[in-house]
Amino acid sequence: MSVYTKIVELLDDKFGIPSDEVTAESTFEDLDLDSLDLVEFSMAAEDELGVKITDEEAAELKTVGDAVTLLEQKGATV
Amino acid sequence: MSHPTVPAMVLAGIGAHLPERVVTNDDLSSVMATSDEWISTRTGIRQRHWVEPGETTLDLAVEAGRAALKHHGEGTAIDAVVLATTTPDRRCPATAPEVAAALGLGTVPAFDVAAVCSGFVYAAATAQGLIAARTARTVLVIGAEAMSSLLYPGDRNVGVIFGDGAGAAVVRAGDHDEPGAFGTFDLGADGHAADLIAVNAGGGRVPHGTPDVAEQEYYLTMAGREVYRRSIPGMADSCRRVLTDRGWAMDDVDTLIGHQANVRILHGVARNLGLDADRCYVNIDRVGNTSAASIPIAMAHAHADGAVRAGDRVLVTAFGAGLTWGSTTLVWPDLPTP
Repeated sequence: MSVYTKIVELLDDKFGIPSDEVTAESTFEDLDLDSLDLVEFSMAAEDELGVKITDEEAAELKTVGDAVTLLEQKGATV
Repeated sequence: MSHPTVPAMVLAGIGAHLPERVVTNDDLSSVMATSDEWISTRTGIRQRHWVEPGETTLDLAVEAGRAALKHHGEGTAIDAVVLATTTPDRRCPATAPEVAAALGLGTVPAFDVAAVCSGFVYAAATAQGLIAARTARTVLVIGAEAMSSLLYPGDRNVGVIFGDGAGAAVVRAGDHDEPGAFGTFDLGADGHAADLIAVNAGGGRVPHGTPDVAEQEYYLTMAGREVYRRSIPGMADSCRRVLTDRGWAMDDVDTLIGHQANVRILHGVARNLGLDADRCYVNIDRVGNTSAASIPIAMAHAHADGAVRAGDRVLVTAFGAGLTWGSTTLVWPDLPTP
C-alpha cells in the first residue's frame, strides 16, 4: 500500500469522503475540509503513519498530493 | 477516597445565570470580518451573552450562587465559597469574599481558583478536599466569567468564541454510595504550553505602563489549532482515568458534560472515547465558551432541559489555558426541577 492509498483510506474513515471522489489533485477545499479538519487529518496521519505534521505545515497543505509529498519527505511508511 | 470515615462530596443544588444582552453571530458579522456560517460550522456557536458596561463577574457569580442556594433549599449553612474565574473584578483581592458577603453568608472562608476553562473542575476538586478534611460540610462552588472584558475589539480569532455567564453548585458532605456523590477527580497541568492561551500584559511579566506594548497584549490570545489538537486527546485520556477509577465502562456513561469550547472538540472527545455523539451534552450554541463557568452552566441547563435525570451516570471533563485539564464522575441526584 502506498502513502497515497493510505491517505485516501483515511479521508474515507475520518471524514466519510468516498475514495472515488479523491485524486492527488483534489484540494482540501474541494473536499470540504476546513482548517480544523486539517488539524484532525494531521492527527490521524500521525497515528496511522507515525510522522508528525505541525499545525503550520498542515495549514500550508492545499492538495492531497501535497500531503503525500510532505508525509513521504518525513519518512512515512505504510 | 474509600476510607469509610472520609465524607464524600455530594451535589445538592445547581444554578446558572446569564447576562441579559444576547450577541448573535450576525451581530458580530456587522463589527468584524466573519459570518454566521463560518462561526457556526467551526464552533457550533450561534449566540453568546455579554455583560453590559458596569456588569461584572461579581454580579454574575452572585446571581448564579443565589440560584443554586434556592435550588438546594433556603436555610442551609454554607461553610465556604470557592469561585473559579479568569476575570476577577480586581487584581486584588479575590472576588469570592465579596460574593459571600453579597449572598449574606457571613464570614465564611472564600477564595478564587484560577485554572481558566478547567477552573470549575479544579474548584470542585478543592471543595471535595475541604469536605474530606472536614474543614467544611457544605460548600458553594461557582464558576463565573466576564470573558468579553478580555476580548480585543475586532479580534475575530477569539471574539466569536467567548461568552459571559456563571454557574454554581451547592455540594455537601455525604456518603460515597449515595446519588450525587462525586468520584475521584483527575487533574493535570502542562506549563510548557502556557503560551497557547494567554493574556500577556498587565501581570508581573509585562506590567501596566511598560513602554512600547501593543494594546492587544492586554487581551486574550489563543493558538486555536494547537489547542484543538491537544484538547481532544487531553480530555479523552483524563476521562478514561476517572472511569477506570470509578469502575465504569464507557457504555455505562449516560451523559458527557464537557467544557463547551467548541462543538467539534466535544464530538471529537466523544469519538475518541467511542461514545455516541448524542450522549454529549451541548449548549454552546446558546452560550458560547464561558471558560470556568461552562461546566456548571451546562450542568444547570442539562438538568433544566431534562437531558440529565436522576440516576444517570455523568462524566464531566474540561480542558483549557495553563494548560490545565480535569475530569470527574457522578451519578445524577434526584434534584427538584427548577
